[in-house]
Amino acid sequence: MTTDLVIAGFGGQGVLFAGQLLAHAALEADLHTTWYPSYGPEMRGGTANCTVVISDQPIGSPVVARPEAAIVLNLPSLDRYEPLVRPGGLLIVNASLIDRDVRRTDLDVIAIPADDVAAELGSPRLTNMVLLGALLARRPVFTLDHVAKTLEAVLPERHRHLLPANRAALERGAELADAVEVAAATG
Amino acid sequence: MSIELLKGNVAFAEAAVRAGCEAYFGYPITPQTEALEHMARRMPELGRVFVQAESEVAAINMVYGAAAAGVRTMTSSSSPGVSLMMEGLSYMAGSEVPAVLVDVMRGGPGLGNIAPAQGDYLQIVKGGGHGDYKMIVLAPANVQEMIDLTVLAFDLADRYRIVTVLLADGSLGQMMEGATLPPLRPLTERPAWALTGARERDTNLVSSIHLDPEELARFNDHLQAKYAEIEANEVRFEEHRLDDARVGVVAFGTAARVAKTAIAAVRDEGVAAGLLRPISLWPYPEAALRALAERVDALLVVEMNAGQMVEDVRRVVEGRVPVRFFGRTGGIMPMPEEIADAIREVADAAGAGAPEAQPQEVNA
Repeated sequence: MTTDLVIAGFGGQGVLFAGQLLAHAALEADLHTTWYPSYGPEMRGGTANCTVVISDQPIGSPVVARPEAAIVLNLPSLDRYEPLVRPGGLLIVNASLIDRDVRRTDLDVIAIPADDVAAELGSPRLTNMVLLGALLARRPVFTLDHVAKTLEAVLPERHRHLLPANRAALERGAELADAVEVAAATG
Repeated sequence: MSIELLKGNVAFAEAAVRAGCEAYFGYPITPQTEALEHMARRMPELGRVFVQAESEVAAINMVYGAAAAGVRTMTSSSSPGVSLMMEGLSYMAGSEVPAVLVDVMRGGPGLGNIAPAQGDYLQIVKGGGHGDYKMIVLAPANVQEMIDLTVLAFDLADRYRIVTVLLADGSLGQMMEGATLPPLRPLTERPAWALTGARERDTNLVSSIHLDPEELARFNDHLQAKYAEIEANEVRFEEHRLDDARVGVVAFGTAARVAKTAIAAVRDEGVAAGLLRPISLWPYPEAALRALAERVDALLVVEMNAGQMVEDVRRVVEGRVPVRFFGRTGGIMPMPEEIADAIREVADAAGAGAPEAQPQEVNA
């Protein structure tokens, strides 16, 4: 069993951290995992993406030409990754920042206004967790409990007070994804 | 010891700390800077030496000095920075001081870019600096090996009084993977030849100058004898799915791990491919490669450069089987699909492809 996905957006949207959290969760579950970031010369801003592979087997390539799933947090990332997701794959879209529809009809598409949901939950920094919750609803590699526990283990002490909000964001994202019917093409 | 999610650059830096590195000198350059950052924090914490030098030229000469004083020492950099160190490396070879260099290779030539590449193979494996010298070169392919081979690099450097290079690339430096760090080792004793202050003993000299030609020739003979000993004892490689292979892929580092994914894909179609992965690039696994060439139909060399290690493969194989090459330059990592296509082509050309589907009997 191998799951691979790309998470992409602007620097600062928690793209790299969301991927790291998945990789940590995979290790905690005794699975193999690789986390591979895009990296550029910029110190802040710019675009960021990471590829996460999770498998019960040792992992060869940490990069994938056509990921099985993608979470896109901004329009440039949708433009880049929409054509690349494997047919029948999963595409999760941050509808707060992306006002165009997904053109492909052979994907399971979940569009969530994740920035707005995060704001409702009290912090714009929860966007990545809302989208991660949606991913886990569709790809239950781990339970939300497992991911929340992993988060507790990896979060520095000074951020521990944010755990309940992060947990709520994961749950809200999962609920919103569950409300979207799986596209017929993928069913 | 537990498994942790570690970035390659942090993993090798911490492994060096645990192996007893007492002095680190470096200059920041992407994609290896996280190592320097880690050392900047860790070394002073342990009362050890960290210096951010004014340049790579200065850094390698500081390493030379620390090595002459008999402490475990290292530097790390990426391709353009490593080019600046070539003079120092030759002097260190000529002085027989042990040290570790990590080259997290990026796209070249020139400033190139900061993406993963393997274009420093010839420079590092064949020399780069002047004169007849060798460095032991170890090529990790995952974060665990970034750790294990760094520890080994210090041990080999000390054992043979030689510079040992960990030849990694931007992908291995930047990626995170589960890995286990070794315990913190006690610091090593100063060796008897080191410059430790000559009170109550004869003076030691660490130098690479031998003005008398006969004396320099004898010194070269001594170096060559040492290199022959290393060639006899320190060859390391991995064989992966080679038992029944008709096509042998030869690749190191990141190219090798991507090739493993490609090999799994073509094997599902019935193409019997396997991988020989040199871990020591010098000394090169010549006997294993020669033996492989005796039993496969063709070899495919995969590298993230325009064709460098392939020169060694052709040298060793001596025309026994066709040797093909697939490479990507520009800091572009080859995708498993591209390598799989290259394997299929090589297999077809050598008549080692997937068995044709049996013709179906047609009822008239």
